[in-house]
Amino acid sequence: MLTLEGLSKTYKTGETALSDVTLEVPKGQIMGLIGPSGAGKSTLIRCINRLVEPTSGKVMLGDLDLVRLGKRDLRRQRRRIGMIFQEYSLVERLTVMENVLSGRLGYVPFWRSFLRKFPGADIQRAYQLLDRVGLIDHADKRADALSGGQRQRVGIARALAQDPELLLVDEPTASLDPKTSRQIMRLLTEICAERGLPAIVNIHDVPLAQQFMQRIVGLRAGRVVFDGPPGELTEAALTTIYGEEDWNAMRQGDEEQAEAEADARARIAALA
Amino acid sequence: MSEITHYSQVWAHRTPRKRLFMWIGWLGLVALFVWCWQMMTRDTIWIFVADAPRQAADIGNRMMPPRWSYLPELWGPLWDTINIATLGTIGGVLMAVPVAFLAARNTTPSLHILRPVALFVIVASRSINSLIWALLLVAIIGPGLLAGIVAIALRSIGFVGKLLYEAIEETDLRQIEAIEATGASGSQVLSYGIVPQVMPAFWGISVFRWDINIRESTILGLVGAGGIGLKLQASLNTLAWSQVTVILLLILATVVLSEWVSSRMRHAII
Repeated sequence: MLTLEGLSKTYKTGETALSDVTLEVPKGQIMGLIGPSGAGKSTLIRCINRLVEPTSGKVMLGDLDLVRLGKRDLRRQRRRIGMIFQEYSLVERLTVMENVLSGRLGYVPFWRSFLRKFPGADIQRAYQLLDRVGLIDHADKRADALSGGQRQRVGIARALAQDPELLLVDEPTASLDPKTSRQIMRLLTEICAERGLPAIVNIHDVPLAQQFMQRIVGLRAGRVVFDGPPGELTEAALTTIYGEEDWNAMRQGDEEQAEAEADARARIAALA
Repeated sequence: MSEITHYSQVWAHRTPRKRLFMWIGWLGLVALFVWCWQMMTRDTIWIFVADAPRQAADIGNRMMPPRWSYLPELWGPLWDTINIATLGTIGGVLMAVPVAFLAARNTTPSLHILRPVALFVIVASRSINSLIWALLLVAIIGPGLLAGIVAIALRSIGFVGKLLYEAIEETDLRQIEAIEATGASGSQVLSYGIVPQVMPAFWGISVFRWDINIRESTILGLVGAGGIGLKLQASLNTLAWSQVTVILLLILATVVLSEWVSSRMRHAII
């Protein structure tokens, strides 16, 4: 579905963010991209829809090289790629419905979007997506009236409104609490499975990545240093990606957190 | 406790060098003030200054009591003044919006040609006081309300344009990026990504400028551009001080009212 060939990015400051990244993401695969801050995760997914212009290499979506496209063609192709952001990136002062419908901007003429006169099919689909992410009652609220988890759900609905063939997800849970993070990841993976959507997910949280991803790619200083299923992400592999650290202690910490969460849930259930 | 004794107890916010420069700077300012004061007062006739309290009391006496019977004659000109301010603001804002989008670094279609032109328009409009715009316009399109409206509008372009283009430049990039990522066209990014973000600033600036324009339009009549200023000029020319008082009080009341309206509106918007 998506193939990156020798993708490199050097910023104007001379800093190399990506060097010679070659990857293939088949249809329906959810791929987690892990790595330390500054490893180039964000640059990598932004090079795919060219929010950041790659310096060299190919981005093949199907059999079309996105890097070679002119402005107008790029806009047409961006419709095929849905993007979900770390800080939700909703337009705060627009309503939830307007935010979801903004996923249709690439499909409608300017006057329709300006007058908010979207085609009936688009509106129906927006309601359906809002229902899917559990926010149908919030359609007319302003985006800045929602909680973090709800905003991220709107972000997901907006990306899906594009009818994408690929999802790019940039740190979807970095601004969320652990419980909401898991709910969002679950929703994302369910939706991808329902539609056979491939996704590239940048993620800081290694246990979360192992729990939800089918494949994990480790990036270090702009290079792919690990590529395999979550089960193969051993201590040695983590050390190649992040450097020396006591991984077992961290995992224990995470288990403790999971236990504490389960405990809290049990107590809340008992109270109710 | 004993192990921390080798840390210094002395810490200064500024280095000695900086303190010396600050001291010299203050000395220079005081010297400048003394010198300017001498320049200013060289031509002053001190007898007149000594006489000032008596003159003020004299004018004050003539101004009191206000001639309230003059009030009915003022409603018409006051209505004209409010219209000059309101229509002038609307006209100015309409012209300022495109100028602001051309001047903002992130929305201008051409950074090297149109942006400097837009910035020049803003500076030119701001550098000329509305009274001077009115003087020019009275000469060009003749005395009356129209000259006042156009003068207010021309002066408002710079003010609204400058504040609005700064607001446009301060928009959140992430929201714009998200709209771009959907495949939206340039004009759609503008209407979904940028316009919603600057709307509160836009209304706040417009109402604020209207409030200022109410004040400015009260004096435009002095140069023949219509409104209550015409009456003020007439009363001043005939030394009708008790009428001047009524006009000044009316202007004061209008300005207070417009401030109240504009602060209420800004609260409601933001």
